[in-house]
Amino acid sequence: MTLATLGEQEYPPDDATPATWSSAGQPRLPEHAAPLPRLLAGLAEGRSRSAGLEAHERRFGPLPLPEDAWVDATGWNLGESGRHRRGRRSRAHQARSARRAATRLIDVAERSGLTGRGGAGFPTGRKLRSVAEGSGPTVVVANGAEGEPASRKDRVLLTRAPHLVLDGITLAAFAVGATRAYLAVHDELRLVAGLEATIAARSVAGIDPVPIEVVGIEPRYTASEQTSIVQYLNGGPALPTFTPPRTHERGVAGRPTAVNNVETLAHLALIARYGDRWFRQAGLPASPGTALVTVSGDVAFPAVYEIELGTPVGDAVNRAGGPTERPRAVLMGGYFGTWLPAGLAWPAPMSHPGLREVGAAMGAGILIVLGESSCGLAETARVLRYLADEGAGQCGPCIFGLPALADAMAELAFGGDPTAARRVAGLVRLVEGRGACRHPDGAASLASSAISAFAPDVRWHAGRGACHGVRRPPVLPVPSDLEYW
Amino acid sequence: MSLRLRVNMIKCTGHGLCAELMPEFIGLDPWGYPIVPRADVPEDLADLAPRAVSDCPTLALLLDRGDRD
Amino acid sequence: MKALLHGPDLWYLTRAAGLVTLVLLTASMVLGLLNAGRFATRRWPRFLVQGMHRNLSLLALAFLTVHIGTTVIDTYTSISVGNAILPFSSPYKRFWLGLGAIASDLLIVIVVSSLVRQRIGHRLWRVIHWAAYACWPVAVVHGLGTGTDHGKIWVVALTYTCIGAVVMAGTYRAVKLLPDRGLAR
Repeated sequence: MTLATLGEQEYPPDDATPATWSSAGQPRLPEHAAPLPRLLAGLAEGRSRSAGLEAHERRFGPLPLPEDAWVDATGWNLGESGRHRRGRRSRAHQARSARRAATRLIDVAERSGLTGRGGAGFPTGRKLRSVAEGSGPTVVVANGAEGEPASRKDRVLLTRAPHLVLDGITLAAFAVGATRAYLAVHDELRLVAGLEATIAARSVAGIDPVPIEVVGIEPRYTASEQTSIVQYLNGGPALPTFTPPRTHERGVAGRPTAVNNVETLAHLALIARYGDRWFRQAGLPASPGTALVTVSGDVAFPAVYEIELGTPVGDAVNRAGGPTERPRAVLMGGYFGTWLPAGLAWPAPMSHPGLREVGAAMGAGILIVLGESSCGLAETARVLRYLADEGAGQCGPCIFGLPALADAMAELAFGGDPTAARRVAGLVRLVEGRGACRHPDGAASLASSAISAFAPDVRWHAGRGACHGVRRPPVLPVPSDLEYW
Repeated sequence: MSLRLRVNMIKCTGHGLCAELMPEFIGLDPWGYPIVPRADVPEDLADLAPRAVSDCPTLALLLDRGDRD
Repeated sequence: MKALLHGPDLWYLTRAAGLVTLVLLTASMVLGLLNAGRFATRRWPRFLVQGMHRNLSLLALAFLTVHIGTTVIDTYTSISVGNAILPFSSPYKRFWLGLGAIASDLLIVIVVSSLVRQRIGHRLWRVIHWAAYACWPVAVVHGLGTGTDHGKIWVVALTYTCIGAVVMAGTYRAVKLLPDRGLAR
């Protein structure tokens, strides 16, 4: 299968029920449901094993790379690797063929409308194109270092469908002409060892022309940020750097670097096989395709689910078995995200533009449901304390401002200080946009959305102190240091 | 020609010279760090901007000259 | 003219310029230490402390040029320009003059690096600037050893006043910055 037949491969019939942990409640999918699941299709093989190479190729077909693609120090080439020495097809000609084929792949990616699934939602085709147009050899980095404690989707992909991710890395490397590829994950022994074994098996089968190096990153919030990973790969600490220069201009070893979330690359692996029109059969015209979401909190079956973009939040919650008690609010986008009152959240479509319209953000597809017996302010106070501790410690407004913000929210939630709400609002304005990375912005957005989504609670707390919801066990997971080791 | 000031918060250690030189434009937060507006530097402060950049003890302040936004 | 070049007048100029250089260098050192300790009052904001430090250093360099220039021109002792740059190369008072050459070399490097600070970046500039901690003491010792005026009480008093000022400023700097390095308040 070569890129000439891009998009002509038939998608395997959907004989599997929606994967895994399905629900007591009836999932209510949109009328025009395209076959789901896609990324998680391989999971029908079994929940405890990852799909091996054979099973992967049986379900999705082999990696759709031209058979005569090979890589040397300066880049990719198409043509028999020995031939150029005999002059039949010169090296330059082979390099040009590779560039032409790579451009076709980027065109498909752009037409598909695939956007980044790591939180920012940047158009993937455009990112690949700008890196490909950079000068000199380029680098591909797959970001699977999921820093958000409430997100599990990258872990699911890496442990249950690694071949899709690795296919995506190789295809991205081909697209941008990269001679080096890295996969950044949590530095957990079993995860890293498992991925290295998977990569070795593919290498034996001669699948990936560019060797993929697995890099373990400490699972801290700021370490999983794009510039942190690039700085770490450059031999520095895993801490965010000041931009410009942006990583697609100067990244690893000063080269143009394409950093993509592992889920984005997995989608790319399918788009390269089945085409952009297939990809657009799911989702909405403005937000095509599917996405993995981690649903947790007060729901019956917290887990990772694959949904079409545009699916209402309520439907996604029902896929996870529905709420276990009357829902009060939903935290959209994770700890970097925004609280929405349940009534506002339920019909909101899960897509970047859809959520922006109701004042929230898609983030990395994280959905946490808070039942009405919990106190949203107390939950927020705990998360803010975590975010304050998790700062990179590089910028003054973050070092001083986030603990002050956490203190103010804690006083509002537990202490009943009537001025606390005003102080929270003031501190939000002080920290927003004043760090080198988006960490303080996320905390600010969490705090300010809590004040507005739980406005009645703010008034109650200001007069009377803590409500009995604060005594409820925490719903939002905050890792203690023990979990890192 | 529009002048914009940007601060590299990683290099900034809150000396505050920039705020002393251009108090009408740059403020200080409660912890001593500069609040630099994203707006253009006003005309009457235009000659102070390069001085603030060169006087910054950690060279954290950057000046962007542009004709476009 | 020959009498001027040979007589005591040039020698007076050399010594005077040397003392003025010492005072200016001391003042610059004190202000530099205060600046590093983030000293500021309403009358003396940071940019003023920093600006005065810079200007006094340049003035010190100017007087140093006079000090060295008059020494070289003076035909009473055969000290060449080379002796002024290369330490311990002069036939006259080799050791003490050599210290002077070291101090002036360091000062030139420090001033030049500060003039191109934005080009060389903060880290490299800072490393070079630490040479000031060597430059000033060496200059003081040079003055005490070379100077022919150490019989005069006011010169001795002046020198020790300078030493006292730098010691106090240095203590201020050390005390101010030890507990919370790099943080604003």
